[in-house]
Amino acid sequence: MKDEITREDRVANLKGMGCSRKRVEDARFTQGKGNYVDDIKLPGMLHGDFVRSPYAHARVKSINIDAAMALPGVVAVLTAKDLEPLNLHWMPTLAGDKQMVLADGKVLFQGQEVAFVVASDRYVAADAVELVEVEYEELEVIVDPFKSLQSDVVLREDLVAEDGSIPNGAHGPRKHHNHIFTWEAGDLEATEQVIDNAEVVATEEMYYHRTHPCPLETCGSVASMDKVNGKLTLWGTFQAPHVVRTVASLLSGIEEHNIRVVSPDIGGGFGNKVGVYPGYVCSIVASIVTGVPVKWVEDRMENLMSTAFARDYWMKGKISATKDGKITGLHCHVTADHGAFDACADPTKFPAGFMNICTGSYDIPVAYLGVDGVYTNKAPGGVSYRCSFRVTEAVYFIERMIEVLAIELNMDAAELRRINFIKKEQFPYTAALGWEYDSGDYHTAWDKALEAVDYKGLRAEQAQRVEDFKAGKTRKIMGVGLSFFTEIVGAGPVKNCDILGMGMFDSCEIRIHPTGSAVARLGTISQGQGHATTFAQILATEIGLSAESITIEEGDTDTAPYGLGTYGSRSTPVAGAAAAMAGRKIRAKAQMIAAYLLEVHDNDVEFDVDRFVVKGAPERFKTMKEIAYAAYNQAIPGLEPGLEAVSYYDPPNMTYPFGAYVCVMDIDVDTGVPEIRRFYALDDCGTRINPMVIEGQIHGGLTEALAVALGQEIAYDDMGNVKTGTLMDFFLPTAWEVPNYETDFTVTPSPHHPIGAKGVGESPHVGGVPCFSNAVQDAFRPFGNRHTNMPHDHWRIWQTANNLGMHD
Amino acid sequence: MIPAAFEYYRPTDMAGVIALLQEHGDDARVIAGGHSLIPMMKLRMADVPHLIDLQGIEGLSGITVTDGVVRIGAMTTQHEVIVSDALAAAAPIMKEAALQIADPQVRYMGTVGGNVANGDPGNDMPGLMQCLNAQFHLTGPDGDRAVDARDFYEAAYMTEREDEEVLTAITFAAPTGGYAYEKQKRKIGDYATAAAAVQISKEGGKVAAASIAMTNLSDTPVWSEAAADALVGTACDEAAVKAAVTAMLGDIDPTEDNRGPVAFKRHAAGIVLGRAILRAWSRA
Ligand SMILES: Cc1cc2nc3c(=O)[nH]c(=O)nc-3n(C[C@H](O)[C@H](O)[C@H](O)COP(=O)(O)OP(=O)(O)OC[C@H]3O[C@@H](n4cnc5c(N)ncnc54)[C@H](O)[C@@H]3O)c2cc1C
Repeated sequence: MKDEITREDRVANLKGMGCSRKRVEDARFTQGKGNYVDDIKLPGMLHGDFVRSPYAHARVKSINIDAAMALPGVVAVLTAKDLEPLNLHWMPTLAGDKQMVLADGKVLFQGQEVAFVVASDRYVAADAVELVEVEYEELEVIVDPFKSLQSDVVLREDLVAEDGSIPNGAHGPRKHHNHIFTWEAGDLEATEQVIDNAEVVATEEMYYHRTHPCPLETCGSVASMDKVNGKLTLWGTFQAPHVVRTVASLLSGIEEHNIRVVSPDIGGGFGNKVGVYPGYVCSIVASIVTGVPVKWVEDRMENLMSTAFARDYWMKGKISATKDGKITGLHCHVTADHGAFDACADPTKFPAGFMNICTGSYDIPVAYLGVDGVYTNKAPGGVSYRCSFRVTEAVYFIERMIEVLAIELNMDAAELRRINFIKKEQFPYTAALGWEYDSGDYHTAWDKALEAVDYKGLRAEQAQRVEDFKAGKTRKIMGVGLSFFTEIVGAGPVKNCDILGMGMFDSCEIRIHPTGSAVARLGTISQGQGHATTFAQILATEIGLSAESITIEEGDTDTAPYGLGTYGSRSTPVAGAAAAMAGRKIRAKAQMIAAYLLEVHDNDVEFDVDRFVVKGAPERFKTMKEIAYAAYNQAIPGLEPGLEAVSYYDPPNMTYPFGAYVCVMDIDVDTGVPEIRRFYALDDCGTRINPMVIEGQIHGGLTEALAVALGQEIAYDDMGNVKTGTLMDFFLPTAWEVPNYETDFTVTPSPHHPIGAKGVGESPHVGGVPCFSNAVQDAFRPFGNRHTNMPHDHWRIWQTANNLGMHD
Repeated sequence: MIPAAFEYYRPTDMAGVIALLQEHGDDARVIAGGHSLIPMMKLRMADVPHLIDLQGIEGLSGITVTDGVVRIGAMTTQHEVIVSDALAAAAPIMKEAALQIADPQVRYMGTVGGNVANGDPGNDMPGLMQCLNAQFHLTGPDGDRAVDARDFYEAAYMTEREDEEVLTAITFAAPTGGYAYEKQKRKIGDYATAAAAVQISKEGGKVAAASIAMTNLSDTPVWSEAAADALVGTACDEAAVKAAVTAMLGDIDPTEDNRGPVAFKRHAAGIVLGRAILRAWSRA
């Protein structure tokens, strides 16, 4: 056969790794043709809605459902009493705690699920909710974790023994009835010694406020129990459908093969859809009880008030250094407000996630981290909002500590970072708190970033602005926000990462069709990341079939291989690796087939883009399409027919993406309004699979970072009322509020990942939050600011200016 | 976010509307663009068993300028305010303000009448109407009457309008001189942290007349006569602006909310008014 097209054309046709292939998902999303949970409509389907607690802490004296049941169209009203015989009135959380599905005697946060109404349509259900009469007796409310640890009020009576003693929790001894765990990493004694004897020490306390991932699509599920064949099908907003299947099986006693869990299109997750919510359980129970499908979809307020929040970390730091700025030690203590139930979504052994990455990108010889988890009367959660487990908190902490140390040393913060970076030749680098960083080249990235923004010029301009402000020539000050972050993503090695006992591997299964197209299924699930686009690109490069000919399927547990789902930027590091490995198995078999067809020895053919060629005779080749056909239609001695492969990938290590961000901001000190003049983001995510998708992820992550830094919070009043329960007050930026982002990159491939990729979806959020915050704080640094807490909304910025006497 | 059940009516003449309002009293409400009312119904903060749509009534929308008098039909949308050339010529402050209300989607639906009748202290049009000294034209079982915008607002969601009355139009004399609508908000689609409507006319280098109204700084819009008086006769210099701001601060009464504490709001109100005065003066 003669080759008509050039090798270059063949590479282009492949649409493999490195090209900005357009997202195949967008055709349906941009036309409103997605298929989300709420789009699922089944014959006879009923609708559920919750009666929720108006109080943050109260005893439930009685629940009267008579009036609700009398409303035409109401089929059932479930309370804890109905779930108790099934042992489903409580459920286990991902953090080893348990959580009420429906209020069992008391309520512990505003918006808590009290009763589940099931009705013939959504409107009737909502009306019936109003008719359920619940008698409450208000109890003292605790919203402050420090007060909680001092209080006589017992929040979780179920966790105190009859003799009044406090049994151990899932993570060891508890110090107080409202205490959940203490978790420690590093060497306390050595750290204290270094800090006590240091030339310079900077200390700071900072509060990383409670916020919420707020995906555009709220959470929901449709459960359908087929009583004839005993099969339960559950569609839902699940970032980890297989885990949901296993948990559903363990909880319900239905054998796992009789449960099918489907995550259809998901409208954003950001960690919010990792956990298991009472709505899922209630829809399942209601379907079992009624024998027909039951849908539950929460509204925006319910999503903000009751589903998994993020952050809420009170962090206290000490950092020591020599006089010339070499960091010698780091001490961090966190008081973590987990709300009413510990429902953090972290690998089991990590109750504070990977907070122990808090030494950041710096070569810090000794460090200690202690975290105390605390119960309060707030919604449960503590998920990783667009970050790997608590990495945003860790990076915010260290990037603020660096700034504070720079103030203490009277040193430029960019220079302080530079002299403390882990050096290229130190990788793989074992940090003081235990992680082994796989690769990095921080100095190159930092120099590139500072040069791109003319860092020196910016500092000169800022100095001039300070002069002008002091001379009364302007009311606008200027800040240069810096951040350099190292993430830890891709959980994770099964040896130390599991969720509810399930090791955090991931998987890919490929089936090549005879005509040379393919379907590949993975254990992950896209929520907007574009897996159908990028995983096909990985496979295209690995197996030599065009990405256009490869369908990617995820989210249906009846067809997809077992996997732990998508969060913590783990899809490309883990499932992406599985895809590459499965692809290589296909290629290995294809090589044997090609050699047979070309009548040469296996080792005499080599892979070239989309074919195997005879070494030294490129005119003799078989394309992958031809090989696929032969795999099914030709009897090849010693080979089974077919061309399929499966790979379960347990990564040897996490991957460590990093990046250098700079934000230039002007602040009106009178109104407190910040204006982002420039935002430069350099990301190193290792091998780049699709530059356009990467850029999209960075824009999105930076925008969520802007939101969190500049105003997005879940605020409570002293009575435990949520003050930010709608999008009027919960800050979700629009295109109008978003600045122009300049993106850039370096490439430092992961040495242990089959294709060298590291994950990128969360980097911009992790690095962006401290960068925006540092810009605000840097603007006030010349006027005496050391640290102010986020969110930096208008009034708080104004307050900073006011406290610094800038309105006098 | 699902409203309680309601009856929906779409009468084709005003008599039909008024008859329904009389029949159902407190249980009935008219709906214009629905962009304040429907969210309230979905939150179940407004219980409206009988909802009367005004969209079937002819003659309730449109903008005319005749003999220096501007007339805006109650059902005129905020979008129409933005694109009206006649209004841009007669009262350019209307466009400047409307562009700062909500977002384009809301403005395509939301009406001027609904905005002023709603009585929400966060609405921008009421203060603007007080600044322009507008008249609100009401029709009801007892016939028609006009109420000055400056007398219309009693408290949050409480106005001079009786339950059986419908707002049909707003009129005001086309203003002269310079204008400005200045609003601080947290994001697109947000109500004001503080907003100021200012009209100033100039004669011989001095302020001849001024009108100032503030939004979302009290439970009603605040028309500050004292602030305007502080400007009249001055060259609108720094001292005069300061005096106007001080006078205005005596008239507002903001409360703390997610937009910030009272001290911040008062500061922001002063800044916003100062800027509005300077811009209006520069255009006078
Ligand atoms: C996201 C969002 C952001 C917003 N931001 C702003 C903002 O920044 N500034 C601002 O000013 N507004 C804002 N609004 C409100 C918006 O401008 C509304 O459209 C407006 O307040 C009400 O107009 P409407 O035509 O929608 O009235 P409706 O919602 O239909 O009615 C509002 C009230 O007025 C009554 N009513 C309406 N018409 C009449 C009439 N002719 N006679 C008697 N009573 C009547 C109704 O009975 C009801 O009580 C926002 C709304 C949304 C949803």
